[in-house]
Amino acid sequence: MIIKSTSPFDLSRKKNRWSEKLIKLFLTFAGIVSIFTTIAIVYELGKESLLFFSLPEVNLVDFLTTTTWQPSIGKFGVLPLVTSTLITSFFAMLVAIPLGLGAAIFLSEYASERTRKVIKPILEILAGIPTVVYGYFALTFMTPILRSIFGENKVEIYNMLSAGLVMGIMILPLISSMSEDALHAVPRSLRDAAFGLGATRLETSIQIVLPAALSGIIAAVILGISRAVGETMIVAIAAGSGPNFTFNPFKAAETMTGYIARISGGDLAYDTADYNSIFAIGLLLFLITLLLNMISRKISRKYREVYE
Amino acid sequence: MRSTADHSNQNFSISDPILEQRQRKAALWKSLFRLSTLIGIIALTILILSIINQAFGLVAIQDKVDRTTLSTQPIESLSQKEMIRLIEKNLSKNRVRTLDRDIPLVERSHKDLYTLIEREVIQVKIVDSYPLFKSVITPQRFKDRVLLDFPKAKIQFKLWLNLSFLTHTMSNIPEQAGIRTAILGSLLVILIALFVSFPLGVSAAIYLEEYSTQDTWLSRLIQTNIDNLAGVPSIIYGILGLAIFVRAFDPITSGKVFGVEGANGRTILSAGMTMALLVLPILITNAQEAIRAVPSSLRQASYGLGATQWQTIWHHVLPSALPGILTGTILAISRALGETAPLIIVGAATYITKDPSGIFSNFTTIPIQIYNWTTRPQTEFRNIAAAAILVLLVMLLSLNAVAIIWRNRLNKNR
Amino acid sequence: MTLEDNKQWAIETEELDIYYGDFRAVKHVSLQIEPQKITAIIGPSGCGKSTVIRAFNRMNDFIPGAHATGKVLFRGQNIYDPKIDPVQVRQKIGMVFQKPNPFPKSIYDNIAWGAKINDYNGNLNDLVEESLQKAALWGEVKDQLQKSALSLSGGQQQRLCIARALAVKPDIILMDEPCSALDPIATLKIEDLMRELSKNYTIIIVTHNMQQAGRASDYTAYFTMDADRAGMMVEYGVTSQVFTNPRNKSTEDYISGRFG
Repeated sequence: MIIKSTSPFDLSRKKNRWSEKLIKLFLTFAGIVSIFTTIAIVYELGKESLLFFSLPEVNLVDFLTTTTWQPSIGKFGVLPLVTSTLITSFFAMLVAIPLGLGAAIFLSEYASERTRKVIKPILEILAGIPTVVYGYFALTFMTPILRSIFGENKVEIYNMLSAGLVMGIMILPLISSMSEDALHAVPRSLRDAAFGLGATRLETSIQIVLPAALSGIIAAVILGISRAVGETMIVAIAAGSGPNFTFNPFKAAETMTGYIARISGGDLAYDTADYNSIFAIGLLLFLITLLLNMISRKISRKYREVYE
Repeated sequence: MRSTADHSNQNFSISDPILEQRQRKAALWKSLFRLSTLIGIIALTILILSIINQAFGLVAIQDKVDRTTLSTQPIESLSQKEMIRLIEKNLSKNRVRTLDRDIPLVERSHKDLYTLIEREVIQVKIVDSYPLFKSVITPQRFKDRVLLDFPKAKIQFKLWLNLSFLTHTMSNIPEQAGIRTAILGSLLVILIALFVSFPLGVSAAIYLEEYSTQDTWLSRLIQTNIDNLAGVPSIIYGILGLAIFVRAFDPITSGKVFGVEGANGRTILSAGMTMALLVLPILITNAQEAIRAVPSSLRQASYGLGATQWQTIWHHVLPSALPGILTGTILAISRALGETAPLIIVGAATYITKDPSGIFSNFTTIPIQIYNWTTRPQTEFRNIAAAAILVLLVMLLSLNAVAIIWRNRLNKNR
Repeated sequence: MTLEDNKQWAIETEELDIYYGDFRAVKHVSLQIEPQKITAIIGPSGCGKSTVIRAFNRMNDFIPGAHATGKVLFRGQNIYDPKIDPVQVRQKIGMVFQKPNPFPKSIYDNIAWGAKINDYNGNLNDLVEESLQKAALWGEVKDQLQKSALSLSGGQQQRLCIARALAVKPDIILMDEPCSALDPIATLKIEDLMRELSKNYTIIIVTHNMQQAGRASDYTAYFTMDADRAGMMVEYGVTSQVFTNPRNKSTEDYISGRFG
């Protein structure tokens, strides 16, 4: 049983797998396209923002600290756009955090498998509704209700409160589904331990499971804030147009995204202060959301490390 | 108190007041949790009902021109010939010629001619409208209001979402406006987005899932990058599309290099490309999940037989992952169908009466029309905005239904 | 030059070390596999049995961070030489896995696929029949070749996987605990099949089942873990000798059930 050492079969006779190499090259290129997208975003936003800040009437300090945005008289203070973004986002989170968290706890800790199977798809539908529809809902349903509750002379037709509340409904499914995942990842043994000590389901959920899932929940909340800051259509329709430096949620005030949408809605001429300004505000928006997303992912990765 | 409870079995029962208090608290919170879940469902229900409420309802219609001044006998009893004469007499020569060029008047049916007379000669207009639920519950109030404001008006029930709404083009008069141009625009935009993003997205997902052991730093960079892109607000993609596709690539996206005259870069092509970039990270992530779900034993079996990496991927991994990839693609595309903000930035036209003739046409989409109509002051535009929303929601629903059916069928076939 | 020096082993390793990242999973493995015989690799869990057998046809390439030093010689060529094409190695050294893993295709396609991708230009129908015959499965499936392979029982699936490996015409078949997911009757069938196949093929089998190694193999290699958790071979020889008269104390403990 001896095989001749001069075997005719040569393993190093590599087949010329050109097609394999070409395919891999194409696949790699497809992956790299997404990097080009990021580079293009950063480059375009950066380039046009530089042009914006090199305009004689604009300077970075005034941009970040003054409270009037009126390009026609050369005032470029971004604060009114930022505050209204924060106010709408605040009301959105005021709705989304308690409701989303409540729903997550209910689905993860209380609901039967059957209930969960019915309710989760419904919440997913809510997440799949286009934002322009939410905008319509805010303007034609939420605003009239708010006006009849708080008085028509107090609540303007376009107001930040209505946009914020409806945005909260839009973000609710995001918070509930991410938080539920986090709660779900808490090992059973921890619950069993608490039940074994005579804790009620509430005590187990709030005092044991919730803290264990906290980082996942915080990640969800931060992602929700990022979503609210970047949301455009609801605020463009319901929060009003025209920058307005106010903290009164019943008043109309334009957000950063709302401003970008309004300015570019018409036939915007290139290389004007208006054109460049949407890039500057876009850059600010990009940086804020990027920061929030990165924090959120960092936190959520941490909780995955703990339980996986 | 506690110690007695601990030591005597009889006292250890439901009647323990502290335990009872704890249970009450637990019950209260449980109902709060259930309530917050319910609010999500209630919100969805109200949202849909409020849209249906606006899309149907009573309207008051009034003739601008008195019918009796046009003809002594009822117009509907006129013969076709008499109708044509009436049209020719009351409309400008130019208008008649345009209408004749569209479809020759003599070839039109009796019914078509009558609609034409109502629209162009008598100029029937909706002067007031009432939402669905009020129309059902308190129709009298509407009748009183109309009688006061428009004593000559007739009241009838109107489906704002109807066949002519689906088949007509844009108009400044709400009841004559239709959504055909926008439906075609939406379809073209998502088709382009699909053609660009599907091959790129699936390829990138294959690279990340199947080749990532080979160049780790590059795949890690791409992965982080995709995660970040997925969280970029859609309006930023709009700004990118404006700067790149509309402005920098203007000669291509406007079709100038292909000999299209007088156009600018605000075309369907630019919109589709922008949407492709927007859905790409979502599509990649979904495809990655589908590929990851293919058991590694399948790959090992294939490699064990001396298959190359691509043979393994093409013959085994992709067929198994296909249902998941298709479902993920449809979900990504339905996101594109509902997007509005990026298209506003890219420069959707709000008023076009001509159907898109190709990828270099100006465009509008359903969400753009919804936005446009919602922001108009007249209530009738709110009504057709609601009708357009229903169209959009039905399209989204059917896309998702297709995804589910597809997945089930492909899963069964294996 | 003696006859022994001239002898061509089926596989020969020299100072083979296998790493997962920085962790050395297996160290200093030097062994020669007798051609056309059944060689069993046994040892406690975690001792690197599977790692070693997967190193014989470079299946470890797919584990991120896995790499090997030393030599694995097959027909006089080191399969870890950069010049070597691992795909060709796997065509000559087939593998059967722990859990039956047929493709979600028909029985026929499962067998034919490997031949097709290797540019087989004979008659596929004959090849499918021949391979199924060799795997002792033909009689059971000859009327349902177009049925999904997933409809077969676990034992049949595993024999299908063996038939599938045979259709590529390998020299060596590696079996990584092929019976661990099967019931005793199916296990016996696979063992009979191995005995039959060893007339024409070299078979290397990893098993955690002592009786199986004793019953079915000609040679046995015993692996154990070192203090640094790296697997190493401590005993290798004719099966009957390893089982009845082990040279090493830990082999004796393991075989008599006092360890692992």
